[in-house]
Amino acid sequence: MSIAVTTQIICFSVLSLVVIIGALGVILLESIVYSAFLLGGVFMSVAGLYLLLNASFVAAAQVLVYVGAVNVLIIFAIMLVNKKEDLKPINNLKSRRIISTSICLTLLSLLIRVDLSNVWGLADPKMSIGEESTIRIGEHLFSDYLLPFEVASVLLLMAMIGAIVLARRDVMNEDISTGLPVDQELIEKSSEPLLMKNN
Amino acid sequence: MNLDTIPLQAFLIVSSVLFCIGIWGLLNSRNAVRVLMSIELMLNAVNINLMAFSSYIDNNLIQGQVFTIFVITVAAAEAAVGLAILLSLYRNRVTVDMESFNLLKW
Repeated sequence: MSIAVTTQIICFSVLSLVVIIGALGVILLESIVYSAFLLGGVFMSVAGLYLLLNASFVAAAQVLVYVGAVNVLIIFAIMLVNKKEDLKPINNLKSRRIISTSICLTLLSLLIRVDLSNVWGLADPKMSIGEESTIRIGEHLFSDYLLPFEVASVLLLMAMIGAIVLARRDVMNEDISTGLPVDQELIEKSSEPLLMKNN
Repeated sequence: MNLDTIPLQAFLIVSSVLFCIGIWGLLNSRNAVRVLMSIELMLNAVNINLMAFSSYIDNNLIQGQVFTIFVITVAAAEAAVGLAILLSLYRNRVTVDMESFNLLKW
């Protein structure tokens, strides 16, 4: 066991502990803002795991896309919808918790059993291309994965337009269906909620 | 046990635990933003799985890394559209409580 392997194992242990404890914090903490920042930590640690797997390009993409875009987007969404509200109590909360926890634990034991009992056909480590993985990814993206690559660009365009259309505020002066004038000030606070009738 | 490198199973177990944490959060969160965060956790677990297999089993062609890049792309699009839907829901119902989004209940 050389010193490099020891370092790898220490790095792996620290990173996976941060991933798992951070993920538990994301779903268990009361404050949603703490959850969002912990989620950023989880994403960074996952990028560290990718570096341990010789994948520097994907690690960089993970940091750029997840921490730089998705996490910032989530924090902005929290800022926009951050209202202190008293949640209505649910009557059968305890049975729901028990059922969902038992489902998750069952799935976890099943997955871990598969992970440990299956005999994986490991490849020869000497075949590994290691640091040249970025070059190989580029070759893949422009030869046998060219169609998915182009479709992904169309998907991103659709997501961008869709997000703009969905999140845009109405700028019309009157409601199309009722003809009543619409308040153009902060819609979130002033106007009557549209769909609250059945509650 | 021969420990000349990190075993593949260690990565698989980390990703399994992360996936189950994501499912638990998805089922139990009241806040809609937290539900989206749980989905991101699950996508990350899948990515760790793909990267581990790509590094240990397919270490010359690394098609798993290409898959991971596509998953990251789709996750970014999903987060953008999901949060836009959330904003629009918040405008209509003035809450982010998942229990009050029962428009499709019959």
